[in-house]
Amino acid sequence: MKGNEALAVAAIRYGADAYFGYPITPQSEVLETLEALKPWETTGMVVLQAESEVAAVNMVYAGAACGKTVLTSTSSPGFSLMQEGMSYMAASEVPALMINVMRGGPGLGTIHPSQADYFQACKGGGHGDYHAIVLAPSSVQEMVDFVALGWDLAFKYRCVSMILADGVVGQMMEKVVLPEQRPRRTEEEIRKLCPWAVTGRKDMRPRNVITSLELDDDIMEANNHRFQATYREIEKNETRCELINTEDCDYLIVAFGSPARISMKAMEMAREQGYKVGLARPITLWPFPVNQIREAAKNVKGILCVELATGQMIEDVKLAIECSKPVEHFGRLGGNVPAPDEILNALHEKFLDK
Amino acid sequence: MKEEIIIAGFGGQGVLSMGKILAYSGLMEEKEVTWMPSYGPEQRGGTANVTVILSDERISSPILNTYDTVVVLNQQSLDRFESKVKPGGVLIYDSYGIHNPPTRDDIRVYRIDATEATFELKNSKSYNMIVLGALLKIKPMVTLENVLRGLKKSLPERHWHLLPMNEKALQKGMSLVKD
Repeated sequence: MKGNEALAVAAIRYGADAYFGYPITPQSEVLETLEALKPWETTGMVVLQAESEVAAVNMVYAGAACGKTVLTSTSSPGFSLMQEGMSYMAASEVPALMINVMRGGPGLGTIHPSQADYFQACKGGGHGDYHAIVLAPSSVQEMVDFVALGWDLAFKYRCVSMILADGVVGQMMEKVVLPEQRPRRTEEEIRKLCPWAVTGRKDMRPRNVITSLELDDDIMEANNHRFQATYREIEKNETRCELINTEDCDYLIVAFGSPARISMKAMEMAREQGYKVGLARPITLWPFPVNQIREAAKNVKGILCVELATGQMIEDVKLAIECSKPVEHFGRLGGNVPAPDEILNALHEKFLDK
Repeated sequence: MKEEIIIAGFGGQGVLSMGKILAYSGLMEEKEVTWMPSYGPEQRGGTANVTVILSDERISSPILNTYDTVVVLNQQSLDRFESKVKPGGVLIYDSYGIHNPPTRDDIRVYRIDATEATFELKNSKSYNMIVLGALLKIKPMVTLENVLRGLKKSLPERHWHLLPMNEKALQKGMSLVKD
Protein backbone atom coordinates (compact mmCIF):
# COMPACT_ATOMS: atom_id res chain seq x y z
CA MET A 1 0.00 0.00 0.00
CA LYS A 2 1.17 3.52 -0.77
CA GLY A 3 2.00 5.82 2.16
CA ASN A 4 -0.72 8.30 1.22
CA GLU A 5 -3.33 5.56 0.77
CA ALA A 6 -2.30 4.17 4.16
CA LEU A 7 -3.09 7.52 5.81
CA ALA A 8 -6.59 7.49 4.32
CA VAL A 9 -7.35 3.90 5.29
CA ALA A 10 -5.94 4.39 8.80
CA ALA A 11 -8.18 7.44 9.30
CA ILE A 12 -11.30 5.48 8.36
CA ARG A 13 -10.28 2.53 10.55
CA TYR A 14 -9.68 4.78 13.56
CA GLY A 15 -13.30 5.85 13.32
CA ALA A 16 -12.69 9.36 12.03
CA ASP A 17 -15.70 11.67 11.83
CA ALA A 18 -14.46 13.91 9.04
CA TYR A 19 -11.70 14.74 6.59
CA PHE A 20 -11.48 18.22 5.09
CA GLY A 21 -8.81 18.91 2.52
CA TYR A 22 -7.69 20.47 -0.69
CA PRO A 23 -5.61 18.44 -3.19
CA ILE A 24 -1.91 19.11 -3.64
CA THR A 25 0.93 16.86 -4.84
CA PRO A 26 2.54 14.77 -3.36
CA GLN A 27 -0.36 13.82 -1.08
CA SER A 28 -3.44 14.07 -3.32
CA GLU A 29 -3.93 10.30 -2.98
CA VAL A 30 -5.19 10.84 0.58
CA LEU A 31 -8.31 12.64 -0.65
CA GLU A 32 -8.52 10.44 -3.76
CA THR A 33 -8.41 7.24 -1.69
CA LEU A 34 -11.07 8.54 0.68
CA GLU A 35 -13.30 9.48 -2.26
CA ALA A 36 -12.78 6.01 -3.77
CA LEU A 37 -13.51 4.15 -0.52
CA LYS A 38 -16.67 6.22 0.17
CA PRO A 39 -16.58 5.88 4.00
CA TRP A 40 -19.75 7.98 4.24
CA GLU A 41 -21.61 4.88 3.06
CA THR A 42 -20.07 2.63 5.72
CA THR A 43 -18.88 4.40 8.88
CA GLY A 44 -20.66 7.69 8.17
CA MET A 45 -17.37 9.61 7.95
CA VAL A 46 -17.60 12.92 6.10
CA VAL A 47 -15.09 13.51 3.29
CA LEU A 48 -15.13 17.02 1.92
CA GLN A 49 -12.98 18.82 -0.62
CA ALA A 50 -12.92 22.39 0.61
CA GLU A 51 -12.51 25.43 -1.63
CA SER A 52 -9.04 26.11 -0.24
CA GLU A 53 -6.61 25.09 2.49
CA VAL A 54 -7.77 28.05 4.59
CA ALA A 55 -11.33 26.75 4.46
CA ALA A 56 -10.20 23.19 5.18
CA VAL A 57 -8.27 24.08 8.32
CA ASN A 58 -11.17 26.11 9.68
CA MET A 59 -13.53 23.20 9.03
CA VAL A 60 -11.11 21.05 11.03
CA TYR A 61 -11.13 23.70 13.79
CA ALA A 62 -14.93 23.62 13.88
CA GLY A 63 -15.11 19.83 13.92
CA ALA A 64 -12.50 19.64 16.66
CA ALA A 65 -14.41 22.21 18.74
CA CYS A 66 -17.35 19.78 18.69
CA GLY A 67 -15.11 17.00 20.02
CA LYS A 68 -15.17 15.23 16.68
CA THR A 69 -12.26 13.17 15.35
CA VAL A 70 -11.17 15.26 12.38
CA LEU A 71 -8.16 15.61 10.14
CA THR A 72 -6.75 17.30 7.11
CA SER A 73 -3.75 16.61 4.93
CA THR A 74 -1.76 18.89 2.68
CA SER A 75 1.72 19.61 1.41
CA SER A 76 4.09 22.47 2.17
CA PRO A 77 2.49 25.48 0.40
CA GLY A 78 -0.92 24.32 1.62
CA PHE A 79 0.35 23.95 5.15
CA SER A 80 1.60 27.55 5.11
CA LEU A 81 -1.96 28.63 4.37
CA MET A 82 -3.15 26.64 7.40
CA GLN A 83 -0.91 28.34 9.96
CA GLU A 84 -3.58 30.73 11.24
CA GLY A 85 -5.78 27.73 11.96
CA MET A 86 -2.93 25.92 13.70
CA SER A 87 -2.42 28.83 16.08
CA TYR A 88 -6.16 29.25 16.74
CA MET A 89 -6.61 25.54 17.44
CA ALA A 90 -3.63 25.55 19.81
CA ALA A 91 -5.05 28.57 21.63
CA SER A 92 -8.49 26.95 21.80
CA GLU A 93 -7.01 23.67 23.09
CA VAL A 94 -8.85 21.47 20.61
CA PRO A 95 -7.58 18.08 19.40
CA ALA A 96 -6.99 17.64 15.68
CA LEU A 97 -4.75 15.72 13.32
CA MET A 98 -2.83 17.67 10.67
CA ILE A 99 -0.76 15.95 8.00
CA ASN A 100 1.96 17.65 5.96
CA VAL A 101 3.62 15.54 3.25
CA MET A 102 6.47 17.94 2.56
CA ARG A 103 7.67 19.00 -0.88
CA GLY A 104 10.52 21.19 -2.08
CA GLY A 105 10.26 24.88 -1.25
CA PRO A 106 10.29 27.74 -0.55
CA GLY A 107 7.38 29.16 -2.47
CA LEU A 108 5.32 26.91 -4.67
CA GLY A 109 8.60 25.03 -5.15
CA THR A 110 8.69 21.53 -6.58
CA ILE A 111 6.52 18.47 -6.09
CA HIS A 112 9.39 16.27 -4.90
CA PRO A 113 10.38 15.25 -1.34
CA SER A 114 11.71 17.73 1.19
CA GLN A 115 11.97 18.27 4.94
CA ALA A 116 12.37 22.02 4.88
CA ASP A 117 9.18 22.60 6.92
CA TYR A 118 10.83 21.34 10.12
CA PHE A 119 11.04 24.79 11.71
CA GLN A 120 7.48 25.61 10.66
CA ALA A 121 6.15 22.42 12.24
CA CYS A 122 8.29 22.26 15.36
CA LYS A 123 8.88 25.89 16.26
CA GLY A 124 5.35 27.19 15.76
CA GLY A 125 4.62 28.13 12.16
CA GLY A 126 1.70 30.24 13.30
CA HIS A 127 1.87 33.13 15.73
CA GLY A 128 2.05 32.93 19.49
CA ASP A 129 3.70 30.57 21.96
CA TYR A 130 2.33 27.18 20.98
CA HIS A 131 3.43 23.71 20.05
CA ALA A 132 1.91 20.84 18.15
CA ILE A 133 3.07 17.26 18.68
CA VAL A 134 5.05 16.39 15.54
CA LEU A 135 5.39 12.75 14.45
CA ALA A 136 7.84 11.79 11.68
CA PRO A 137 7.05 8.48 9.92
CA SER A 138 9.79 6.75 7.95
CA SER A 139 7.78 3.77 6.69
CA VAL A 140 4.30 3.12 5.33
CA GLN A 141 3.51 1.15 8.50
CA GLU A 142 4.26 4.25 10.55
CA MET A 143 1.93 6.25 8.29
CA VAL A 144 -0.79 3.89 9.53
CA ASP A 145 0.31 3.75 13.16
CA PHE A 146 0.84 7.49 13.61
CA VAL A 147 -2.70 8.33 12.57
CA ALA A 148 -3.95 6.49 15.66
CA LEU A 149 -1.09 7.70 17.84
CA GLY A 150 -1.60 11.29 16.66
CA TRP A 151 -5.29 11.29 17.58
CA ASP A 152 -4.71 9.46 20.86
CA LEU A 153 -2.18 12.09 21.93
CA ALA A 154 -4.28 14.99 20.62
CA PHE A 155 -7.31 13.90 22.69
CA LYS A 156 -5.16 13.08 25.72
CA TYR A 157 -3.53 16.52 25.86
CA ARG A 158 -6.15 18.58 24.00
CA CYS A 159 -3.61 19.71 21.46
CA VAL A 160 -2.95 19.49 17.73
CA SER A 161 -0.95 16.49 16.49
CA MET A 162 0.92 16.58 13.23
CA ILE A 163 2.27 13.93 10.95
CA LEU A 164 5.27 15.46 9.21
CA ALA A 165 6.08 13.13 6.32
CA ASP A 166 8.04 13.65 3.14
CA GLY A 167 7.15 12.83 -0.46
CA VAL A 168 9.14 9.57 -0.38
CA VAL A 169 7.10 8.09 2.45
CA GLY A 170 3.90 9.37 0.83
CA GLN A 171 4.63 7.89 -2.58
CA MET A 172 6.30 4.59 -1.79
CA MET A 173 4.51 1.27 -1.31
CA GLU A 174 5.32 -1.16 1.47
CA LYS A 175 3.73 -3.97 3.37
CA VAL A 176 1.36 -2.80 6.13
CA VAL A 177 -0.66 -4.35 8.89
CA LEU A 178 -3.92 -2.46 9.30
CA PRO A 179 -5.75 -2.08 12.61
CA GLU A 180 -9.30 -3.35 13.06
CA GLN A 181 -12.14 -1.01 12.11
CA ARG A 182 -13.22 0.98 15.16
CA PRO A 183 -16.71 2.46 15.36
CA ARG A 184 -17.01 6.25 15.32
CA ARG A 185 -17.56 7.72 18.78
CA THR A 186 -21.19 8.15 19.72
CA GLU A 187 -22.51 11.54 20.91
CA GLU A 188 -22.56 10.16 24.49
CA GLU A 189 -18.95 9.04 24.22
CA ILE A 190 -17.90 12.43 22.92
CA ARG A 191 -19.73 14.20 25.79
CA LYS A 192 -17.91 11.96 28.25
CA LEU A 193 -14.45 12.18 26.65
CA CYS A 194 -14.66 15.88 25.77
CA PRO A 195 -16.72 17.65 28.46
CA TRP A 196 -15.28 20.93 27.14
CA ALA A 197 -16.68 20.44 23.62
CA VAL A 198 -19.62 22.31 22.12
CA THR A 199 -22.11 19.48 21.89
CA GLY A 200 -25.41 21.18 22.63
CA ARG A 201 -26.72 21.78 26.17
CA LYS A 202 -29.14 18.89 26.49
CA ASP A 203 -28.83 18.67 30.27
CA MET A 204 -28.58 22.45 30.73
CA ARG A 205 -24.93 22.12 31.81
CA PRO A 206 -22.89 25.34 32.00
CA ARG A 207 -22.13 26.81 28.60
CA ASN A 208 -18.93 25.67 26.81
CA VAL A 209 -17.14 28.37 24.85
CA ILE A 210 -14.39 27.56 22.34
CA THR A 211 -12.46 30.67 21.42
CA SER A 212 -8.90 31.84 20.98
CA LEU A 213 -9.86 35.45 21.78
CA GLU A 214 -9.26 36.73 25.30
CA LEU A 215 -9.20 40.47 25.86
CA ASP A 216 -8.10 40.27 29.51
CA ASP A 217 -4.28 40.15 29.55
CA ASP A 218 -4.10 38.42 32.92
CA ILE A 219 -6.43 35.64 31.81
CA MET A 220 -4.46 35.27 28.56
CA GLU A 221 -1.25 35.06 30.58
CA ALA A 222 -2.78 32.33 32.75
CA ASN A 223 -3.90 30.54 29.57
CA ASN A 224 -0.33 30.66 28.30
CA HIS A 225 0.96 29.20 31.55
CA ARG A 226 -1.60 26.41 31.23
CA PHE A 227 -0.53 25.68 27.62
CA GLN A 228 3.11 25.60 28.70
CA ALA A 229 2.36 23.23 31.57
CA THR A 230 0.75 20.87 29.06
CA TYR A 231 3.77 21.15 26.77
CA ARG A 232 6.14 20.30 29.67
CA GLU A 233 3.96 17.28 30.42
CA ILE A 234 4.14 16.18 26.76
CA GLU A 235 7.93 16.65 26.74
CA LYS A 236 8.17 14.49 29.86
CA ASN A 237 5.97 11.63 28.60
CA GLU A 238 5.90 11.52 24.84
CA THR A 239 9.37 11.76 23.30
CA ARG A 240 10.10 8.89 20.96
CA CYS A 241 13.29 7.94 19.15
CA GLU A 242 14.65 4.82 17.45
CA LEU A 243 18.30 4.00 18.11
CA ILE A 244 20.20 1.55 15.89
CA ASN A 245 23.77 0.40 16.54
CA THR A 246 24.36 3.23 19.00
CA GLU A 247 25.83 1.13 21.83
CA ASP A 248 29.30 0.93 20.33
CA CYS A 249 29.31 3.68 17.72
CA ASP A 250 32.14 6.17 17.11
CA TYR A 251 30.04 8.28 14.77
CA LEU A 252 26.32 8.97 14.88
CA ILE A 253 23.95 9.86 12.07
CA VAL A 254 20.79 11.70 13.13
CA ALA A 255 17.98 11.71 10.55
CA PHE A 256 14.18 11.44 10.46
CA GLY A 257 11.67 10.35 7.82
CA SER A 258 12.95 8.84 4.58
CA PRO A 259 16.53 10.20 5.03
CA ALA A 260 16.69 7.99 8.13
CA ARG A 261 16.01 4.96 5.93
CA ILE A 262 18.63 6.02 3.38
CA SER A 263 21.07 6.77 6.22
CA MET A 264 20.46 3.28 7.58
CA LYS A 265 21.81 1.87 4.33
CA ALA A 266 24.78 4.30 4.50
CA MET A 267 25.38 3.09 8.06
CA GLU A 268 25.37 -0.55 6.87
CA MET A 269 27.85 0.35 4.12
CA ALA A 270 30.12 2.17 6.59
CA ARG A 271 30.00 -0.81 8.96
CA GLU A 272 31.04 -3.08 6.07
CA GLN A 273 34.05 -0.80 5.65
CA GLY A 274 34.86 -1.27 9.34
CA TYR A 275 33.60 2.04 10.74
CA LYS A 276 31.40 1.97 13.82
CA VAL A 277 28.50 4.15 12.77
CA GLY A 278 25.14 4.35 14.53
CA LEU A 279 21.80 5.94 13.73
CA ALA A 280 19.40 7.94 15.88
CA ARG A 281 15.99 8.48 14.31
CA PRO A 282 13.79 11.02 16.11
CA ILE A 283 10.18 9.86 15.82
CA THR A 284 8.75 12.84 17.69
CA LEU A 285 10.33 16.00 16.30
CA TRP A 286 8.46 18.00 18.91
CA PRO A 287 9.00 17.09 21.66
CA PHE A 288 12.55 16.49 20.46
CA PRO A 289 14.13 13.34 21.97
CA VAL A 290 16.80 15.33 23.82
CA ASN A 291 17.74 12.66 26.35
CA GLN A 292 17.91 9.82 23.83
CA ILE A 293 20.15 11.83 21.47
CA ARG A 294 22.37 12.93 24.35
CA GLU A 295 22.69 9.33 25.52
CA ALA A 296 23.42 7.99 22.01
CA ALA A 297 26.02 10.71 21.43
CA LYS A 298 27.80 10.20 24.76
CA ASN A 299 30.88 8.42 23.39
CA VAL A 300 30.91 9.49 19.74
CA LYS A 301 33.56 11.54 17.99
CA GLY A 302 31.15 13.27 15.64
CA ILE A 303 27.53 13.58 14.55
CA LEU A 304 26.20 13.91 11.00
CA CYS A 305 22.69 15.34 10.62
CA VAL A 306 21.11 14.27 7.35
CA GLU A 307 18.11 16.35 6.29
CA LEU A 308 16.30 17.24 3.08
CA ALA A 309 16.91 20.82 4.15
CA THR A 310 19.79 23.24 4.69
CA GLY A 311 20.04 22.36 8.36
CA GLN A 312 17.03 22.83 10.62
CA MET A 313 16.91 19.76 12.88
CA ILE A 314 20.67 20.18 13.37
CA GLU A 315 19.91 23.09 15.73
CA ASP A 316 17.94 20.79 18.04
CA VAL A 317 20.73 18.19 17.91
CA LYS A 318 23.30 20.82 18.88
CA LEU A 319 21.05 22.01 21.72
CA ALA A 320 20.48 18.43 22.89
CA ILE A 321 24.20 17.76 23.27
CA GLU A 322 24.90 21.37 24.27
CA CYS A 323 27.41 21.63 21.41
CA SER A 324 29.75 19.23 23.21
CA LYS A 325 30.72 17.36 20.02
CA PRO A 326 31.35 18.29 16.39
CA VAL A 327 28.02 18.30 14.51
CA GLU A 328 27.99 18.47 10.73
CA HIS A 329 25.17 18.74 8.22
CA PHE A 330 24.51 16.94 4.96
CA GLY A 331 21.43 17.50 2.88
CA ARG A 332 19.93 17.74 -0.56
CA LEU A 333 17.49 20.49 -1.37
CA GLY A 334 14.57 21.50 -3.51
CA GLY A 335 13.07 18.03 -3.98
CA ASN A 336 16.28 16.05 -4.52
CA VAL A 337 16.89 12.98 -2.39
CA PRO A 338 20.39 11.66 -1.70
CA ALA A 339 21.37 8.08 -2.52
CA PRO A 340 23.04 6.05 0.24
CA ASP A 341 26.56 6.55 -1.18
CA GLU A 342 26.17 10.33 -1.05
CA ILE A 343 25.58 10.07 2.69
CA LEU A 344 28.50 7.67 3.06
CA ASN A 345 30.71 10.10 1.12
CA ALA A 346 29.61 12.93 3.41
CA LEU A 347 30.54 10.81 6.43
CA HIS A 348 33.98 10.21 4.93
CA GLU A 349 34.50 13.81 3.95
CA LYS A 350 33.40 15.35 7.22
CA PHE A 351 34.67 12.76 9.72
CA LEU A 352 36.12 9.41 8.66
CA ASP A 353 38.86 10.71 6.36
CA LYS A 354 39.86 13.60 8.60
CA MET B 1 17.51 -13.32 0.37
CA LYS B 2 17.55 -9.74 -0.86
CA GLU B 3 16.92 -8.54 -4.39
CA GLU B 4 17.35 -4.90 -5.41
CA ILE B 5 15.78 -4.10 -8.77
CA ILE B 6 15.15 -1.07 -10.93
CA ILE B 7 12.80 -1.08 -13.91
CA ALA B 8 13.08 1.90 -16.26
CA GLY B 9 11.49 2.91 -19.54
CA PHE B 10 8.97 5.27 -21.11
CA GLY B 11 5.80 6.34 -19.32
CA GLY B 12 3.03 4.14 -20.71
CA GLN B 13 5.12 0.98 -21.03
CA GLY B 14 3.71 -0.28 -17.76
CA VAL B 15 6.93 0.16 -15.81
CA LEU B 16 5.26 1.20 -12.56
CA SER B 17 2.56 -1.46 -12.72
CA MET B 18 5.12 -4.15 -13.51
CA GLY B 19 7.01 -3.10 -10.38
CA LYS B 20 3.78 -3.12 -8.43
CA ILE B 21 2.90 -6.65 -9.51
CA LEU B 22 6.42 -7.78 -8.60
CA ALA B 23 6.08 -6.13 -5.17
CA TYR B 24 2.68 -7.78 -4.58
CA SER B 25 4.15 -11.13 -5.65
CA GLY B 26 6.87 -10.68 -3.02
CA LEU B 27 4.15 -9.89 -0.50
CA MET B 28 2.49 -13.22 -1.33
CA GLU B 29 5.75 -14.93 -0.37
CA GLU B 30 5.76 -13.14 3.00
CA LYS B 31 8.75 -11.04 2.00
CA GLU B 32 9.43 -7.46 3.03
CA VAL B 33 8.89 -5.21 0.02
CA THR B 34 9.31 -1.60 -1.01
CA TRP B 35 8.14 0.03 -4.25
CA MET B 36 9.48 3.51 -4.90
CA PRO B 37 8.43 5.24 -8.12
CA SER B 38 9.84 8.25 -9.84
CA TYR B 39 6.82 10.49 -9.70
CA GLY B 40 5.79 13.78 -11.19
CA PRO B 41 5.36 15.37 -14.59
CA GLU B 42 8.05 13.17 -16.16
CA GLN B 43 5.60 10.26 -16.07
CA ARG B 44 3.48 11.74 -18.81
CA GLY B 45 5.20 10.65 -21.99
CA GLY B 46 8.68 10.96 -20.54
CA THR B 47 10.78 8.42 -18.71
CA ALA B 48 9.54 6.49 -15.70
CA ASN B 49 11.33 4.21 -13.31
CA VAL B 50 10.57 2.23 -10.20
CA THR B 51 12.82 0.68 -7.56
CA VAL B 52 11.55 -2.60 -6.08
CA ILE B 53 13.26 -4.35 -3.18
CA LEU B 54 12.31 -7.85 -2.01
CA SER B 55 13.97 -9.07 1.17
CA ASP B 56 13.67 -11.55 4.01
CA GLU B 57 14.73 -8.84 6.44
CA ARG B 58 13.76 -5.26 7.24
CA ILE B 59 14.57 -3.04 4.27
CA SER B 60 16.62 0.07 4.99
CA SER B 61 16.73 2.49 2.08
CA PRO B 62 14.00 2.49 -0.58
CA ILE B 63 16.40 4.51 -2.75
CA LEU B 64 19.61 2.92 -4.05
CA ASN B 65 22.81 3.63 -6.00
CA THR B 66 23.38 0.19 -7.46
CA TYR B 67 21.13 -2.74 -8.23
CA ASP B 68 21.29 -6.53 -8.44
CA THR B 69 19.01 -6.42 -11.46
CA VAL B 70 18.35 -3.62 -13.92
CA VAL B 71 15.54 -3.85 -16.48
CA VAL B 72 15.69 -1.12 -19.14
CA LEU B 73 13.14 -0.62 -21.88
CA ASN B 74 14.57 2.28 -23.87
CA GLN B 75 17.91 3.77 -24.87
CA GLN B 76 17.80 6.64 -22.36
CA SER B 77 17.27 4.22 -19.48
CA LEU B 78 20.02 1.92 -20.74
CA ASP B 79 22.44 4.85 -20.91
CA ARG B 80 21.47 5.96 -17.43
CA PHE B 81 21.41 2.64 -15.59
CA GLU B 82 23.99 0.34 -17.26
CA SER B 83 26.68 1.66 -14.91
CA LYS B 84 24.39 1.06 -11.89
CA VAL B 85 24.37 -2.72 -12.15
CA LYS B 86 26.40 -4.31 -9.35
CA PRO B 87 29.40 -6.29 -10.68
CA GLY B 88 28.10 -9.80 -11.36
CA GLY B 89 24.55 -8.46 -11.54
CA VAL B 90 21.98 -8.74 -14.30
CA LEU B 91 21.03 -6.28 -17.03
CA ILE B 92 17.94 -7.02 -19.10
CA TYR B 93 17.06 -4.83 -22.07
CA ASP B 94 14.52 -4.78 -24.84
CA SER B 95 16.26 -4.63 -28.19
CA TYR B 96 13.53 -2.47 -29.76
CA GLY B 97 14.87 1.01 -30.54
CA ILE B 98 18.30 0.31 -29.05
CA HIS B 99 21.14 1.57 -31.24
CA ASN B 100 23.92 1.53 -28.60
CA PRO B 101 23.75 -1.86 -26.89
CA PRO B 102 25.37 -2.40 -23.47
CA THR B 103 29.13 -2.89 -23.35
CA ARG B 104 29.98 -4.05 -19.82
CA ASP B 105 31.53 -7.50 -19.53
CA ASP B 106 31.47 -7.88 -15.73
CA ILE B 107 27.69 -8.37 -15.64
CA ARG B 108 25.21 -10.80 -17.20
CA VAL B 109 23.44 -9.08 -20.09
CA TYR B 110 20.18 -10.43 -21.56
CA ARG B 111 18.57 -9.07 -24.71
CA ILE B 112 14.88 -9.82 -25.01
CA ASP B 113 12.71 -8.95 -27.97
CA ALA B 114 9.64 -8.07 -25.94
CA THR B 115 8.22 -5.40 -28.22
CA GLU B 116 8.32 -7.79 -31.16
CA ALA B 117 6.61 -10.43 -29.04
CA THR B 118 3.68 -8.05 -28.45
CA PHE B 119 3.14 -7.97 -32.24
CA GLU B 120 3.02 -11.77 -32.21
CA LEU B 121 0.55 -11.81 -29.33
CA LYS B 122 -1.36 -8.98 -31.07
CA ASN B 123 -1.65 -7.26 -27.71
CA SER B 124 0.57 -4.29 -26.93
CA LYS B 125 -0.92 -3.95 -23.45
CA SER B 126 0.66 -7.22 -22.34
CA TYR B 127 4.14 -5.77 -22.93
CA ASN B 128 5.11 -5.39 -19.29
CA MET B 129 3.96 -8.92 -18.46
CA ILE B 130 6.21 -10.26 -21.23
CA VAL B 131 9.13 -8.37 -19.72
CA LEU B 132 8.22 -9.61 -16.23
CA GLY B 133 8.10 -13.19 -17.55
CA ALA B 134 11.60 -12.81 -18.96
CA LEU B 135 12.85 -11.29 -15.70
CA LEU B 136 11.46 -14.21 -13.69
CA LYS B 137 12.97 -16.77 -16.03
CA ILE B 138 16.39 -15.16 -15.55
CA LYS B 139 15.93 -14.46 -11.83
CA PRO B 140 13.24 -16.67 -10.32
CA MET B 141 12.85 -14.45 -7.25
CA VAL B 142 9.14 -15.25 -6.90
CA THR B 143 7.10 -18.19 -8.18
CA LEU B 144 4.78 -17.83 -11.16
CA GLU B 145 1.91 -18.90 -8.93
CA ASN B 146 2.56 -15.99 -6.59
CA VAL B 147 2.92 -13.58 -9.50
CA LEU B 148 -0.57 -14.57 -10.60
CA ARG B 149 -1.83 -14.04 -7.06
CA GLY B 150 -0.01 -10.68 -6.95
CA LEU B 151 -1.55 -9.74 -10.28
CA LYS B 152 -5.02 -10.59 -9.05
CA LYS B 153 -4.44 -8.45 -5.95
CA SER B 154 -3.26 -5.44 -7.95
CA LEU B 155 -6.06 -5.60 -10.53
CA PRO B 156 -9.59 -4.43 -9.77
CA GLU B 157 -12.15 -7.24 -9.99
CA ARG B 158 -13.61 -5.93 -13.25
CA HIS B 159 -10.29 -6.75 -14.96
CA TRP B 160 -9.97 -10.30 -13.63
CA HIS B 161 -11.15 -11.75 -16.95
CA LEU B 162 -7.81 -10.54 -18.33
CA LEU B 163 -5.81 -12.79 -15.99
CA PRO B 164 -5.44 -15.72 -18.48
CA MET B 165 -4.14 -13.31 -21.15
CA ASN B 166 -1.58 -11.97 -18.68
CA GLU B 167 -0.49 -15.48 -17.79
CA LYS B 168 0.00 -16.20 -21.48
CA ALA B 169 2.15 -13.07 -21.78
CA LEU B 170 4.25 -14.11 -18.77
CA GLN B 171 4.82 -17.53 -20.40
CA LYS B 172 5.70 -15.87 -23.68
CA GLY B 173 8.25 -13.68 -21.87
CA MET B 174 9.80 -16.72 -20.24
CA SER B 175 10.17 -18.40 -23.63
CA LEU B 176 12.06 -15.38 -25.00
CA VAL B 177 15.06 -15.94 -22.76
CA LYS B 178 17.86 -17.83 -24.44
CA ASP B 179 20.98 -18.80 -22.52
